Amino acid sequence: MAAPKKAAASTAQDKTDGGSPPEFTREQELKALRDMLLIRRFEEKAGQLYGMGAIGGFCHLYIGQEAVVVGMQMALKPGDQVITGYRDHGHMLATGMEANGVMAELTGRRGGYSKGKGGSMHMFSKEKHFYGGHGIVGAQVSLGTGLAFANHYRDNDNVSVTYFGDGAANQGQVYESFNMAELWKLPVIYVIENNRYAMGTSVSRASAQQDFSKRGASFNIPGQQVDGMDVRAVKAAGDEAAAWCRAGKGPFILEMQTYRYRGHSMSDPAKYRTREEVEKVRHDQDPIEQVRNRLLAAKVSEQDLKAIDAEVREIVNASADFAQHDPEPDAAELWTDIYR
Amino acid sequence: MPIQVLMPALSPTMEKGNLSKWLKKEGETIKSGDVIAEIETDKATMEVEATDEGTLGKILIPEGTADVAVNTPIATILADGESAADLAKAPAPQQKAAESAAPAAAKAEAPAPKAAPAPQAVAEPDPEVPAGTEMVTQTIREALRDAMAEEMRRDADVFVMGEEVAEYQGAYKVTQGLLQEFGAKRVIDTPITEHGFAGIGVGAAMTGLKPIVEFMTFNFAMQAIDQIINSAAKTLYMSGGQMGCSIVFRGPNGAAARVAAQHSQDYSSWYSNVPGLKVVAPFSAADYKGLLKAAIRDPNPVIFLENEMLYGHTGEVPKLDDFVIPIGKARIVRSGSHVTIISWSNGMSYALKAADELAKDGIEAEVIDLRTLRPMDTETIVNSVKKTGRAVTVEEGWAQSGVGAEIAARIMEHAFDYLDAPVARVSGKDVPMPYAANLEKLALPSAAEVVEAAKAVCYR
Ligand SMILES: Cc1ncc(C[n+]2csc(CCOP(=O)(O)OP(=O)(O)O)c2C)c(N)n1
Ligand SMILES: [Mg+2]
Repeated sequence: MAAPKKAAASTAQDKTDGGSPPEFTREQELKALRDMLLIRRFEEKAGQLYGMGAIGGFCHLYIGQEAVVVGMQMALKPGDQVITGYRDHGHMLATGMEANGVMAELTGRRGGYSKGKGGSMHMFSKEKHFYGGHGIVGAQVSLGTGLAFANHYRDNDNVSVTYFGDGAANQGQVYESFNMAELWKLPVIYVIENNRYAMGTSVSRASAQQDFSKRGASFNIPGQQVDGMDVRAVKAAGDEAAAWCRAGKGPFILEMQTYRYRGHSMSDPAKYRTREEVEKVRHDQDPIEQVRNRLLAAKVSEQDLKAIDAEVREIVNASADFAQHDPEPDAAELWTDIYR
Repeated sequence: MPIQVLMPALSPTMEKGNLSKWLKKEGETIKSGDVIAEIETDKATMEVEATDEGTLGKILIPEGTADVAVNTPIATILADGESAADLAKAPAPQQKAAESAAPAAAKAEAPAPKAAPAPQAVAEPDPEVPAGTEMVTQTIREALRDAMAEEMRRDADVFVMGEEVAEYQGAYKVTQGLLQEFGAKRVIDTPITEHGFAGIGVGAAMTGLKPIVEFMTFNFAMQAIDQIINSAAKTLYMSGGQMGCSIVFRGPNGAAARVAAQHSQDYSSWYSNVPGLKVVAPFSAADYKGLLKAAIRDPNPVIFLENEMLYGHTGEVPKLDDFVIPIGKARIVRSGSHVTIISWSNGMSYALKAADELAKDGIEAEVIDLRTLRPMDTETIVNSVKKTGRAVTVEEGWAQSGVGAEIAARIMEHAFDYLDAPVARVSGKDVPMPYAANLEKLALPSAAEVVEAAKAVCYR
């Protein structure tokens, strides 16, 4: 690894791994709380609607991982692109996409972001620079690298934030992309959401190198492990990685250590881990509780926090209402958007 | 008002489940996220988590109840300050109430015909099964598992690998119990690296091992298609016959339910295009078993296309020590003289349903289950068409360069003079699979379209 990069990688490490990350201002804490709550409540509602049969197919909930997208988004600027896999509802809400449009896509209605044609796994927003929503594990990594290629080609200062899972990190195209990204110094932040499991397979059963921050080492890509349950740590790491990319130094890898509370998808009986394991993370590390507790300690009133929860619930309930009453797409839509 | 807890749908294809256990008692406090009950589907035991807070008011469906329909109220939860007296206010626990509470539920059901037992309108006895053979009723899932287990007992060179095949017991529970019987050396969980493990399988097969490579679905085999075609299919030829590979690539193919464009594709025609591959796509439980055993024994690479919608279907499987069905033979599952309907895999659901409908109008359809797509049993098709003079092909995949197109060409080449009408094709619509329930239904073929096509070729 080239010397300057090593330095950059280890400074970042010092900041987040040792001691606590830089404090948030009260404003930042409140924003993080609200944005994470929105995702949490939205996902709970989606799970409920699935149980009722209003949502079909695969539905992968993001509950537990909220700090990752919210913290990263706080490190981005307008114009930066985001791309991810199928566990994508949180990413979309974090980029500012409307709850109504996301929920209506989940129910397959015309008001959904893909007019009901994509479903839970496939939504996009040109306006918010959200490039999907991809169902094939690992495919978004090459695509995200392509977004960075376009930034480089156009010589702008946008960064591509390319999210993928610990399981996806074993796909071959990830490493083909890593090589080209470093070779051509493409501005891409690879955010590996290590939630410890790929479906029923724990990281230790699938990965020879379990430190994902080192996955770029043979390509000289710097990497860093981040406490993905602490939104402040995520933001700090995101800031550093984005600065690295914008300075023209090439890609950066962030391993977000996080956890999904629910099953892989709705039909996962989750027998590969104990209930106690889930409970322990929920109890000790919940990303939302962490912020809430800090705010309470800083003398923000319960009342004020309840108001945020109420505001979020209203958005989510309204989206569920919209998503159930919005009509299905017109039959003619079957034949549109195949070519243009 | 008390909140009703409804029997949840836990998978795209679930319609009902067994309420096996209550983990909370009436009167107990419930927090959001608490596991309140366990339910069993045909795939797994699942936990029901409460999404509301309060106390468990009344259990409406006692534990041990089988076949509880999705959306049936199973319990009520009382919110803070409510008492048992408030229970009267909850809507009566009727199926109807649940349906009106969830208007989309019916639409969320799988579009494909999915009556639990596979249509058994088999008029013709199976020539592979000796008369008087005892039959056992099995799901297709079980038939596949038994086929693999039997072949693994018989030949130590046979092993299974793929994502979640071992400890998880298979993403669709097809490899259930194999790890327990054969151990981790022969039932191997892989990382999510299709191109890599397909290549590893082919390499191992070049030395004479006999891998069964499971793709979680064939959609993901696209990651690996280079190894399947460039390595598996062509090595025997490229090596002048020195080495080939005996390998099975298997997994669910085609549309499941509401899983959208990237997870709902039929690869029948893709693989059937390739010399060096054999391609098998059965419909009945017995065929699934007998053909998978044949595929594992075959010295060539075999693509074994299953269908998720059929896994839970039951059928009669012969109870024989070694029931193997030869690859390459179609089967006439219903005889008729007016029109030949040719299909395979889940396409047979539409074909058989249509044949029933047509019979009501006095049209006797002969229905052929191709079972193997390559090598294709042209003879059975041609002989039937010579008798009926009319043919309809049915497939879930796209029409262009589809298997139906190939069948039509063969009929034209070998039975042109016998045709009384041009061959008709019923296929998936020429679009990526949409997610929305109404559009998905339109995108897939239907029995009604088969009826219409059959009537058209009969000029009725
Ligand atoms: C190429 C491919 N193989 C397999 C699958 C099935 N599949 C969907 S998600 C998943 C697990 C992925 O785990 P991970 O990357 O850790 O992400 P997470 O689900 O934990 O967010 C698998 C195997 C797929 N969609 N695509
Ligand atoms: Mg994971």
